Amino acid sequence: MVMPLITLRGMYKRFPGVLANDNIDLDIYPGEIHALLGENGSGKSTLMCLLSGLYTADGGTIRVDGEEKRFRSPRDAIACGIGMVHQHFKLVEPFTVAENIAMSGRDESFVLSTERMTADIAALGDKYGLEIKPVARVWQLSVGEKQRVEIVRMLYHGSRVLILDEPTAVLTPQEAAELFKTLRWMAADGCAVVFITHKLNEVYELADRVTVLRGGKVTGTLVRGQLDTKKLVWMMVGRDVVSKYERDAVPEGRPVLAVDKAVAFNDMGMYGLKDLSLTVREGEIVGIAGVAGNGQRELAEAVTGLRRVADGTICLYGEDVTNFRPAEMIARGVSYVPEDRLGVGLVPGLTVLENLLLKSYQQPEFAGRWLLDGKAIRARAEKLVREFKIKVSSLDQPVRMLSGGHLQRLLLAREIAEKPRLMVVVYPARGLDVGATEAVHRLLLDLKADKTAILLISEDLDEIMKLADRVGVLYGGRLVGEFPVEEADIERLGLLMAGSGGEGGNADAVQV
Amino acid sequence: MSEQSIVISIFAAAVTAGTPILYAALGELITERAGILNLGVEGIMLVGAVSGFIAAVASGSCWWGLLAAMAAGGAVAFIHGLLTITLRANQVVSGLALTLFGTGLSGYLGKSYIGMPVPQAFKVEPLGPLAHIPFVGPVLFQHDVLVYASYLLVPAMAFFVYRTRPGLILRAVGENPAAADALGYKVFTLRHLYVVAGGMLCGVGGAYLSLAYAPSWLENMTAGRGWIAVALVIFALWNPWRALVGSYLFGGVDALGFNLQVLGVAVPTFFLSMMPYLFTILVLTLLMAKSGGRVVPPGALGLPYDREDR
Amino acid sequence: MPFRFEKRLAPTPFMTVAVPVASVALALLFCAVFLALTGRHPLELYMAMAEGALGSAYGLTETTVKAIPLMLCGLGIALAFRMQLWNIGAEGQLYLGALAATWLPLTFPGLPAIVMLPAMVVLGMAAGALWALGPAYLRVKWRVNEIITTLMLNYVGILLVNYFVYGPWRDPKGFNFPLTAQFPPAALLPTFGDTRIHAGLVLALALVALFLVIFRNSRWGYEIKVIGASERAARYAGMDIKRNMFLVMALSGAICGLAGMAEVSGIAGRLQPGLSPGYGYTAIIVAWLARLNPVAIVLVAGLFGVLQVGGYIVQTHGVPASVAAMIQGAILFFVIGGEMFTGYRLVFTGRKGAAATDE
Repeated sequence: MVMPLITLRGMYKRFPGVLANDNIDLDIYPGEIHALLGENGSGKSTLMCLLSGLYTADGGTIRVDGEEKRFRSPRDAIACGIGMVHQHFKLVEPFTVAENIAMSGRDESFVLSTERMTADIAALGDKYGLEIKPVARVWQLSVGEKQRVEIVRMLYHGSRVLILDEPTAVLTPQEAAELFKTLRWMAADGCAVVFITHKLNEVYELADRVTVLRGGKVTGTLVRGQLDTKKLVWMMVGRDVVSKYERDAVPEGRPVLAVDKAVAFNDMGMYGLKDLSLTVREGEIVGIAGVAGNGQRELAEAVTGLRRVADGTICLYGEDVTNFRPAEMIARGVSYVPEDRLGVGLVPGLTVLENLLLKSYQQPEFAGRWLLDGKAIRARAEKLVREFKIKVSSLDQPVRMLSGGHLQRLLLAREIAEKPRLMVVVYPARGLDVGATEAVHRLLLDLKADKTAILLISEDLDEIMKLADRVGVLYGGRLVGEFPVEEADIERLGLLMAGSGGEGGNADAVQV
Repeated sequence: MSEQSIVISIFAAAVTAGTPILYAALGELITERAGILNLGVEGIMLVGAVSGFIAAVASGSCWWGLLAAMAAGGAVAFIHGLLTITLRANQVVSGLALTLFGTGLSGYLGKSYIGMPVPQAFKVEPLGPLAHIPFVGPVLFQHDVLVYASYLLVPAMAFFVYRTRPGLILRAVGENPAAADALGYKVFTLRHLYVVAGGMLCGVGGAYLSLAYAPSWLENMTAGRGWIAVALVIFALWNPWRALVGSYLFGGVDALGFNLQVLGVAVPTFFLSMMPYLFTILVLTLLMAKSGGRVVPPGALGLPYDREDR
Repeated sequence: MPFRFEKRLAPTPFMTVAVPVASVALALLFCAVFLALTGRHPLELYMAMAEGALGSAYGLTETTVKAIPLMLCGLGIALAFRMQLWNIGAEGQLYLGALAATWLPLTFPGLPAIVMLPAMVVLGMAAGALWALGPAYLRVKWRVNEIITTLMLNYVGILLVNYFVYGPWRDPKGFNFPLTAQFPPAALLPTFGDTRIHAGLVLALALVALFLVIFRNSRWGYEIKVIGASERAARYAGMDIKRNMFLVMALSGAICGLAGMAEVSGIAGRLQPGLSPGYGYTAIIVAWLARLNPVAIVLVAGLFGVLQVGGYIVQTHGVPASVAAMIQGAILFFVIGGEMFTGYRLVFTGRKGAAATDE
């Protein structure tokens, strides 16, 4: 039998309030593609951060080629040939691709030699079929390209074990297929590939072996031949999962939101939205698919008054509200659950009570002309926490301390309490486990039943297919396809997301 | 004085008046490149100025003074590093504390040295044949050795920051510490290192005032130069060459005010003394207005780094 | 020994009180060591400072007198800091307030007190507000760093006052000293009995009460808190950030201007250079140590009044007054360093973790 390249025994890691890894054993063999399957918060990323030296284990041993190692920093892991591509890329955005790769430090010369670097990188890219532009600035790259830079960087400093944390989360199905091809090549070359995922189809498609984690513990390891969906789901979640929601047919209502030929710029001053038109009706969920960075943020912000629209109009119930201020949009019943929960939607340093007040502190029920009505505010907050089953130790606890799922509940509770006529939700289930995702989805469906118009922006095609009545695909700031959910299939959506079959796209994003 | 000699003397004075600001700006520049905002420059300069002066008096050598100023500057900057890097304190407040502490400390230490002559100051040493080049010679090459050293420091720092591997890592630590950390660079150690190095340069800036420019010790003798240096780093867009230009520009404004006074221009001295401060505001405003508010500092400037922050 | 910090899930109430107190004690200890190293007797020095500031009726009134401008400027600064607007121009705003307030009695010495004093308050506050609005405008319009602009205006403000007292406003009967003429009695703030404690104290305490309500219970206070904690979230919630920046800076500057008015009208009775020994800077420490809490500002201002008066007292012992500034700076260092220990726990990571896993 082949000796494992990596042996982990009894890995143990505690964060304040959470036991992230509880006595985990894992073997990784050369030439295999090993999937780490588990829900969000099951401890799979933590385990790999321990292996890559980013976190220090509170207990356990790591053996590389049978030899015990202690990793004090990623440098030690890198020296053992272990490289990790994190979910949030560890790239320096203003640097060029070559500079980012040079940081890896294989070439220890004092003075940087750009020419040699460039040649080395190009050669490496050719070998694994990874197209890469050494002189481009990282911030100009698409997500898929950034990921390639990360992979090339790991290969550049000679990684034998390549760890990828949820590598497909931000890719189109086609880009993902491309990535899988690269990974298989690398495995065939003798590397060990570990990829973290919570998607079963990826396990089927790619993995030689799969280890499932739940609640910081290993629940089992299966080899390719033994794969069984029901079993995997049970190992991962510990119960059955809804694959389809029961939904009442809601009669088509009046149009609530009507966007007509909207043009908006992104933070870099380039086109974020280009002539985008869109209608959302009462009781309808319109799902917007697309790879992140194709105008999702600009669309959500334009509709909620947070981003100026340079051209075109936005109407609410027929009233022209183009470039109204956020306060005026809120007053007209527009609620918004943003992508960045702790950065935009909530204030991490403030308490649960204060966060629940964010949208209503001017309403006569809770405040006079000058002063706040502390009693009424507290009473309502208590009611919301109870109704939406938000787990808090007290109303005066800073929201920073809440878990991802309860943060999202808190945010939704506040936005739903406003009784919105239009609800804009962006990536509502990102980072949530199966239970929390279901809870969030049910809240959205309840809202739909109350005849609220919902604009659902998501990168998760399954989520869109489960919830939406109509589906649109955003690419390069345009809506490149729009159809009833019954006519949508993953293949077709994927092609549109990648820019085939529609015009526009990143390539012609013009600086203005 | 002929018109030409006045112009030359103003330009030459711009260089000497700009040099302390230049050292301090370079110190702050390298600190900020590592992602740490140090608003204590004014305090560090004062501590550098007073300890340089005391050491020079005690030892009779301005070189010991210079060394003492660097050590003291590095030491007080290390307090800032300890607070902001290790203890993750608010960088703005810690910097302000450093300025207040440095002002008090230098006043306390320097009380009995006020008005005392320094036994040996850095003297003007014309730089061989270069000093005789018309115009350029008297403006650039008839100064003391610290000015010449700054001529070397600027290109050296620019080369270090942009063209060397440690410089690349320095920039990475300031832009995205998580990225540098993931590749195994010791973010905390590096930040401490550059904060101390920056403090040493600010100390030199202070020592230049007390051992070459004045040369004497006066309470609060920096008179806001440390703050001007902080503003200059923004104006310089974190580039050493632009810091050089900016420093001499400010030196020029300073020198111009002084020379106008000498020439007896009928503007009250108080208004002439205001010029560098108002000029700072003006320059900063012009820069921001021109760029439409899109001046991009190092990505992680002012943010504490915590590897396991979740 | 290797160690790291671990976030506490919630700071304990004991720690939130114990840590600052311990920090102040440590700062005094640190300075004592330093003073001993430079050849002083720290204990004697501290005793002399405390004795001078607290040991007599005169000392106590002087301490109160020094605490008034610290309180006022501290309140103004706390308001701006709560919104993460770094107004460190209190010193300049104080000088401008004094300058504007002085203009009235010099120009219209005959006004009755009932008109004179309120008008001086309004003028002082307006001038302080204007001095702060410049940086606010630059910040809102082009995102010019307000730390630098407010600070630069301190120097300009002081020079401006110097220009007037050395120039056009110099008292012709003043033996060529840089002083303005003495104010008429109608332009002097009333004092308590024959002490030097003036009505500025009443104004300061009234503002403390007002700020307490604003910060705790008002819509505006809530807006300031949210904007300070997260500008993006505030925009998302529909708050008008620019308007609040102007409002907060104006009020912050106005209160510092009021401090200047109180100094000329309550203490000196005339405008003179060196009007403030750096109250505007010391007040930054006061505000931060008080965690921007109005009531705590009163207490910390009192403590710093003691240090300020103590600093003057020890001069008679041949120790420079700047020792007070040094101690104040050190206290701030230790307190912000100590804040870490309320929010985090120190965890030593020695061999223990490894030993537990050796099977």
